[in-house]
Amino acid sequence: MKRHLFLGNEAVAQAAIDAGISGAYAYPGTPSTEIMEYIQHSPTAEERAVHRQWSANEKTAYETALGMSYAGRRALVCMKQVGLNVAADAFINSAITGVNGGLVLAVADDPGMHSSQNEQDSRYYGRFAMIPVLEPSNQQEAYDMCYTAFKLSEQLQLPVMLRLTTRLSHSRAAVSLRQSVHPHELHLPQNLKQFLLLPIFARKNYVGLLEKQHRMEALSEQSSYNFQEAGVHRHLGIVCCGLGWNYFREVFVGREIPWPRVKIGQYPLPRNLLEKLEAECDELLVIEEGYPMVEEQLRGFFAAGKPVHGKLDGWLPRYGELTSDQVGRALQITYPAPYPVPEVVVPRPPSFCRGCGHVDAFEALQEVVAGYGAGHIFSDIGCYALAALPPYQGIYSCVDMGASITMAKGAADAGFFPAVAFIGDSTFTHSGMTGLLDAVNEHTNMVVVISDNQCVAMTGGQQPAGLGKLEAICEGLGVDPAHIRVFTPLHKNQEDMIRIYQEEIEYDGLSVVIPRRECLQKATRRRRQEKQKQAKN
Amino acid sequence: MKKDIILAGVGGQGILSVAAILSNAAMLEGLWVKQAETHGMSQRGGAVVAHLRLADHEVCADLIHHGQADILLGLEPMEALRQLPFLHTYGVLISNMEPYLNLPNYPPVEELWTEIKRLPRHILVDGGVITHQLCNPKALNMIMLGALSDYIPLQADSLKTGICELFRTKGEQLVQQNLEAFDAGRAFVAKQPAV
Ligand SMILES: Cc1ncc(C[n+]2csc(CCOP(=O)(O)OP(=O)(O)O)c2C)c(N)n1
Repeated sequence: MKRHLFLGNEAVAQAAIDAGISGAYAYPGTPSTEIMEYIQHSPTAEERAVHRQWSANEKTAYETALGMSYAGRRALVCMKQVGLNVAADAFINSAITGVNGGLVLAVADDPGMHSSQNEQDSRYYGRFAMIPVLEPSNQQEAYDMCYTAFKLSEQLQLPVMLRLTTRLSHSRAAVSLRQSVHPHELHLPQNLKQFLLLPIFARKNYVGLLEKQHRMEALSEQSSYNFQEAGVHRHLGIVCCGLGWNYFREVFVGREIPWPRVKIGQYPLPRNLLEKLEAECDELLVIEEGYPMVEEQLRGFFAAGKPVHGKLDGWLPRYGELTSDQVGRALQITYPAPYPVPEVVVPRPPSFCRGCGHVDAFEALQEVVAGYGAGHIFSDIGCYALAALPPYQGIYSCVDMGASITMAKGAADAGFFPAVAFIGDSTFTHSGMTGLLDAVNEHTNMVVVISDNQCVAMTGGQQPAGLGKLEAICEGLGVDPAHIRVFTPLHKNQEDMIRIYQEEIEYDGLSVVIPRRECLQKATRRRRQEKQKQAKN
Repeated sequence: MKKDIILAGVGGQGILSVAAILSNAAMLEGLWVKQAETHGMSQRGGAVVAHLRLADHEVCADLIHHGQADILLGLEPMEALRQLPFLHTYGVLISNMEPYLNLPNYPPVEELWTEIKRLPRHILVDGGVITHQLCNPKALNMIMLGALSDYIPLQADSLKTGICELFRTKGEQLVQQNLEAFDAGRAFVAKQPAV
């Protein structure tokens, strides 16, 4: 049988297509982006007219997927871990409504913060919402779990979370595919009050969700993703979750594993399976990627029982990505010291591309703002956040998408002047527009710079939701058109840019400045594609 | 049999293409493969690394254990050294000599070469000269793939097939140029004393 060398993300995407989704919904975010990109390029998805356009943010993505599920069809929604904060309202409530067509949320966590603001562990969200969570340990499991998750979702009438982490999302291995099934026909929910979360209905739904918990646990006990393997040394029992299973087995490659162990791939935790392990062993060690969630739960399960080790007592590090080295050391294995990194080696952080429009827009702004001292530019999530690094070191906040505008507003409210927000076009339409409306309503004295490179550059140049609409959006929100200033950020326009920034900072009110020039990477890619198209014709 | 390979370089140097060719070839030759890549922010001119693991038995972890890599392939000398903790004491370091300069504080390159020459098994490839001879500055990654090819349990022909596959959509000329680069890398290493 043909096998495919898939990234974990690609395996998830192909599985969703093969499970007959009618729509994929997502906002880009490393390490989750390739799921949607794969579906966008899939000939099967094309043939079946699967919806696969980017959404404005994770909340709109999640709610639209829920609407597709309401209509009886299967939907996949994808995001990175912090995206789930944005979609959390919809997500938590979708556990109360339940689903009609299967709904699977693929969420990719980023332990080690390779490309994120934090290391939050989405499994807690799954527990919080009280829905099943599947956690694959390899690419084949990512495929199989995603494929079956839709059925599980329909069986329980609940959304199902597929929890990925960077290492699985961005690592390749061979994957075999299952039979591709066709999308469902439209069909309304049997109970037309299912999606009405008015308190009188929601109370009933919530009781229904609580009643499903037993079934979910029973399914976890039977799941082939949760199992025990025997070992002869009974003083330690090992519990491995997701990728932890690989790192643990890596330590013993070519040797027999001495300890009894349980592998967890489906939550809620299979309590009986774990109690059986506890009964056999003197102590337990939990190996999980992310926060010590299972470790905490096990301590609760065995309140009066045996010691549970892991990240809470320092057997494993509390932060960063899990590695086989760490797991080996937790098991008291000593390794010869590896070669050190020679001292001459210096860090090579990511940097702006040469000729980037953000740089020209930012340098001019920095020159103007320098006259007022340090601390005036609030920034946001996007390539321009690189202005925090040398040689610029000129932004003072980067917190969550959209926060530049609202934090600048809060500082302006406090009497701080000048308050400047520097935000990208995609981040603006993701979560900046509502903050701008607050500022319009209060005539806040601040300048919002929307650096428009006409794409979502940081995550690979996706199509932004507000392309060609930024001025109209700002005007529509009520920004005075005389104080919406647009220019092309090029070094040769330095003087004009400086003058415009200066005028708008001095204007006692709300201004929006839009430097607009296409991202260079995007332009190169576009030209290459055009050339290829021409060559074909 | 197992071969753990670290590929190190700078975002934009074409590490992912090298990794893709290697792992596809390995899969076609019936080996188990895992290949961990760097995506996202670091691809913006930052340090990137790929872990490639081939074996005739199941590969468990996506990442190589420290001190266990059989080969460390550097598309750039400082990036090669950055990944040194992964290299086995008897592992081979194969690196391009030419620095990738996008830093104000890049160290003197001779100091990097000195560090590399301390290793018991190393090959320094004059990537700059070879790309110049080929009049193809973009082919460095294929030169380095060629340089690596004698140290891995894969047929050169499978790798060449991989090159053809990867560049097929981009035209016959590009395929030929990349094959030439691959051969040039192989030829360079063939002339060096075996390590
Ligand atoms: C809630 C959330 N979703 C997604 C991301 C991932 N992300 C980081 S930067 C970025 C792109 C922002 O685009 P834009 O503001 O236009 O800036 P550009 O990268 O184009 O310069 C995205 C999607 C995130 N950090 N947080």
